[in-house]
Amino acid sequence: MLRTILLGAGLVLMLMVAYAPSQAEYGDVILNKHSEKSGVRPVVFPHWFHRIRFQCKVCHAEPEFKMRAGATVMQMADIMGGKFCGKCHNGTIAWGVDRCDLCHSGRPGLATGTAGGHKTGGPGRY
Amino acid sequence: MANSLYNGMRGLLTFVGGTMLLLVIGASVAAEDKRSWKPLAADGIHDPASPAVGQLQAPSDALSKLPAEIGGDQVGWAEALRKGLIAPRAGADPKSGTQATVFDSDILLSPNGSLPPVRFPHRDHTQWLDCSNCHPQLFQMQKGASRISMVRILDGEQCGVCHGAVAFPLTECKRCHNAPWNVQPAPGGKR
Repeated sequence: MLRTILLGAGLVLMLMVAYAPSQAEYGDVILNKHSEKSGVRPVVFPHWFHRIRFQCKVCHAEPEFKMRAGATVMQMADIMGGKFCGKCHNGTIAWGVDRCDLCHSGRPGLATGTAGGHKTGGPGRY
Repeated sequence: MANSLYNGMRGLLTFVGGTMLLLVIGASVAAEDKRSWKPLAADGIHDPASPAVGQLQAPSDALSKLPAEIGGDQVGWAEALRKGLIAPRAGADPKSGTQATVFDSDILLSPNGSLPPVRFPHRDHTQWLDCSNCHPQLFQMQKGASRISMVRILDGEQCGVCHGAVAFPLTECKRCHNAPWNVQPAPGGKR
């Protein structure tokens, strides 16, 4: 009897852990197409931080960043040339490209894509 | 006589005091913000060993000051904008003075579906987005010309490009399906 209860409790606990929501913030984007291959941590892009300061269209209009995580192909050279993140991260509007670690701050091994809790349980691809 | 008056007064005072205490407790419970955000070092995506952790702003620092909402990142972004709690710039450069081109027009979608129709507010969307973000790739400019389906939306297309990713999630059915049905039945008898 006790064994059954313990087993049941263990199962419930395992399920709770398995279904625990992701702890990252809604709309956090991980960029790791080139980062780790080039010896730096993956990039974590927090949508929440940027949308407090900028409207979506500042980055998403004039097809700069496509609205699909990982769909935009970019290299550090583009950013240094003032494109993509480099539009603001140039030492004038926001910190410059010399502060590598501030953007390249992700845990090693992360896959490119969106992270974050409360995401729709549907088959969506973001 | 005096004793019963005293007892009566005491009872009344206890009643009033108790009610006030309950009211205060009730108010504090209602005002309590139950939202919580993980610190960056514990969010599962930042490397705790990264020098950025401790330098970057913590989500709770910014988001706890914004209106609460159940879904998504627990922030009512449209409300935050309306109340002037945030003022996101329309251009990258603050000196450019670019302003948002707000288009105030509601579109009624899916008037004959099994859920109430959708009242799409252009206003709330154009405060963030440019027309070209949605038109014409996601939706044709002409009303009714695009076949909008929940299957596609749930698959991250159409409304689902943002809703479920950065805007409130698709579990909040009634936030979009919020308009009254037209009382006139559509041809075929189906509402």
